[in-house]
Amino acid sequence: MPAVKVENISKSYGKTVALDGVSFEVEQGELFGIIGPDGAGKTSLFRILATLILADEGTVTVEGFDVVKDYKELRKRIGYMPGRFSLYQDLSVEENLQFFAAVFGTTIRENYHLVGDIYKFLVPFRKRKAGKLSGGMKQKLALCCALIHKPDILYLDEPTTGVDPVSRKEFWEMLKKLQRDGITIIVSTPYMDEANMCDRIALIKGGRFIGIETPENIRRSFSVPLWAVRSGQMHRLLNDVRAFSGVKNCYAFGETHHFTTGEGFDRDKLWSYLEGLGHTSLWLEPAEATIEDCYMQLAKM
Amino acid sequence: MEREIVIHVEELTKQFGNFTAVDHISFDVVKGEVFGFLGANGAGKTTAMRMLCGLSRPTSGTGTVAGYDITRQYEAIKKNIGYMSQKFSLYEDLKVWENIRLYAGIYGMKDTEIARKTDELLERLNFARERNTMVKSLPLGWKQKLAFSVSIFHDPAIVFLDEPTGGVDPYTRRQFWEMIYEAADRGITVFVTTHYMDEAEYCDRVSIMVDGRIDALGTPRELKERFCARSMEEVFQGLARKASRAD
Repeated sequence: MPAVKVENISKSYGKTVALDGVSFEVEQGELFGIIGPDGAGKTSLFRILATLILADEGTVTVEGFDVVKDYKELRKRIGYMPGRFSLYQDLSVEENLQFFAAVFGTTIRENYHLVGDIYKFLVPFRKRKAGKLSGGMKQKLALCCALIHKPDILYLDEPTTGVDPVSRKEFWEMLKKLQRDGITIIVSTPYMDEANMCDRIALIKGGRFIGIETPENIRRSFSVPLWAVRSGQMHRLLNDVRAFSGVKNCYAFGETHHFTTGEGFDRDKLWSYLEGLGHTSLWLEPAEATIEDCYMQLAKM
Repeated sequence: MEREIVIHVEELTKQFGNFTAVDHISFDVVKGEVFGFLGANGAGKTTAMRMLCGLSRPTSGTGTVAGYDITRQYEAIKKNIGYMSQKFSLYEDLKVWENIRLYAGIYGMKDTEIARKTDELLERLNFARERNTMVKSLPLGWKQKLAFSVSIFHDPAIVFLDEPTGGVDPYTRRQFWEMIYEAADRGITVFVTTHYMDEAEYCDRVSIMVDGRIDALGTPRELKERFCARSMEEVFQGLARKASRAD
């Protein structure tokens, strides 16, 4: 039995189509990533999976339970961390966790082993109001609250937005550990390095899934030539490369710019063209596509 | 030619009780520079930024922003800077043009100028048909672009951007950075915080705060060389992991 089975679901708000015939399955114990632009339908999807809103069409089962008929049973098995911080700002750290434990008929003590690794960072602040925590701490508390009733499956809607790179890394180490403990995880993220750490990734755009693959297969499916270029004049370089014949798509990529090419592209001609425009310290090499390049390619379509 | 200094701080410090949030930081930012202000959550970035924006008084230390003294002339500073944050910038239940009108009015711009520049801006953003749209119904990426445009609408000397691209997908983030480049090329100084380390690479210079102090400052290339790192991500991980302050 798959952990999640989604069949042909659609959801609209008035004239706005949030989800348009989405189907997919998530395996037991899988770490499943969802990436896509803002407004692509990610949050609606999470809310349907969490039994919080109803799809207009289609069926969803989670752990064998129907999200509509069996929602009460299902809610005991789901942990959901929404994109917006949704804990009680004026309860303390400890009170929030106690509250969520109590709602699910359990205690912090009973399930401490599940949250202990994360909660230990919060112990020094356990009397502090949740609203007074920094971004990284809020996110750790929200994860604890989503885990305290021992769910089989965890939904995380952009859990690391606003979180610094060190805390992000720690957060993903925690997720990997929860996965080893057998928890199925569905996570959305705007960070492509995080997408890379998932078993499979679904790309969602305009309410449709446009591909579900392992990160490796997504990278391999990148089918156009890709280059990396750098000069002493990076701002100007972007538009200069874009204006050159045979260049399709050029975008900033960390310390270089990446660009894809089509028919009629000539590397040596680009080099002398850029030199002619006064670019200094030029560097130009073929590049290997990353998940981020694949995303950029799809976003253009 | 010596470039004009638009932000200058010396030994800037902020204490809350016996907690030193910002601990004797000193640096300069020059006109038209894109200055990245990095640090872990809780390192003191927001507190430092609030002092630079005239919203909080330093406990000690001195500085000028856009030529005004941060310990005395904070009202003048507010008039000469722009500010945008991912968390709050535009009024959701005002229309696009109403948001522009409101902010421009607060900064004391004349009605005729506002009208002319509003048309210009909406044209340039290819946004004219959204003039009467409520901001809450715009996609996040559009909101950020509009918020940024509004923050520099009154042609400030400096714009402060607090995590402007948080939660934004890779494609939209890049469009946003191209707007930052354009503003910098027009001579507006950009002071920006981000948690995306590829964006740190797009800055002219970057500072990294750890436990209230600035532990590193330089061009991305200099920092990578100094810390023998391949990327800004590695530089950041190396420095921020040394933090003793839990946030």
